[in-house]
Amino acid sequence: MVEHEKTVEFWRWPETNWVNPDIDWKKGKYITAGVDVGSVSTQAVIMADGEFYAFGNTRTGSDSPNSARKGMEYALEKTELKLENIDYCIGTGYGRVNVPMAQQAITEISCHAKGANFMYGPEVRTVMDMGGQDCKAINIDERGKVLNFMMNDKCAAGTGRGMEVFADLIHVPVWEIGPRSFQISKEPPSISTTCVVFAKSEVMGLLEQGIPENEIMAAYCSAMAHRIMELLKRLGVKEKFVITGGIAKNEGVVKRLERELGIKTAEQAWHNSKYRKKNFPFDTQLAGAIGAALFAQALLDTGKAKSVRKT
Amino acid sequence: MIAHYGFNDASGDWFLTLDTDKCNGCGKCVEVCPVTILGVGPDEIDIFREEPVASVKYDERKKIRYHCAPCKPGYGSEPPPCVAVCKPGAISHSEGWKVLYGR
Repeated sequence: MVEHEKTVEFWRWPETNWVNPDIDWKKGKYITAGVDVGSVSTQAVIMADGEFYAFGNTRTGSDSPNSARKGMEYALEKTELKLENIDYCIGTGYGRVNVPMAQQAITEISCHAKGANFMYGPEVRTVMDMGGQDCKAINIDERGKVLNFMMNDKCAAGTGRGMEVFADLIHVPVWEIGPRSFQISKEPPSISTTCVVFAKSEVMGLLEQGIPENEIMAAYCSAMAHRIMELLKRLGVKEKFVITGGIAKNEGVVKRLERELGIKTAEQAWHNSKYRKKNFPFDTQLAGAIGAALFAQALLDTGKAKSVRKT
Repeated sequence: MIAHYGFNDASGDWFLTLDTDKCNGCGKCVEVCPVTILGVGPDEIDIFREEPVASVKYDERKKIRYHCAPCKPGYGSEPPPCVAVCKPGAISHSEGWKVLYGR
């Protein structure tokens, strides 16, 4: 490849990690971890006695074990914690059976329910997880227990990966698509399909016709909202309604979905007022890993799991 | 818990729905299913549930439309064997087959 042809990767979203400055993990009884290896992103969350302690949010690589290791290292990076200090670790997500440091795997449906309950509070009744390659609609009770769920993982239409492909196609960074999709004079008709392959050719067609980029973004976002809507209609939406996963960060999709549903999504902020006051980072992608870490805590508390802590 | 196994695509709904609160884990549905897509074991969603529960096998969840088709209205017996054998009435199917293939 010639130098000037070096490609810019518009789909690339920034990786983040963080540690809670208020917690001395050495004082805690149990340190638990949850590793959510998704098809697009991998999150590792560490909790000390059920308190949010640290996280790492990275992109998934070509194999699950290495992605899990990378996520965990990234989460541990700013802490003095070592892998040996963790009492129990649970793997979840698409690659859950291939998480080398995990003692157990739990399906991401349970973990997202539990995580959303922790993040947004006990009033949450419907969780929509918009993942990288699938979407799940879950109804939960006040303890975060799953009451009803429906998953669509047959194809990646209308998911995070679709949005990444779209970002690359129209040469707009993926996080700008949401805001820019509202900089339009009138709402265009939505793209007729969310199938990534077909949508791609349809978008190419629109670009060739000289339709403004922002309008195409609006058209794609509304197609995606429409698809999520289909799943939600079947399951039934109850308030408080929340969206987890990467697409929750795309207001272009979220606001259009709210409009179509006639229901607002809950504010993306911690239910825990202490976390809220201290401005702890609220990342919708963490729900699965938080849930997994909480399950680890619950399993230890009930004696259903034994600590594997070495030091 | 209501578990919807299966998928929705442009051609409709293809779900096998299991009410785990009704399911007693007897395993009769596993025996009668001609394509052996069902299994009984620990609850993978509610990990604190002690009793075994029926579910659709992991690898079969994306194939439900095709594997369940021979038992569906317009095709074979009515209702499907898994639904007929389930005393507590925990199993049901979505209408996709009826809409697309039914008489």
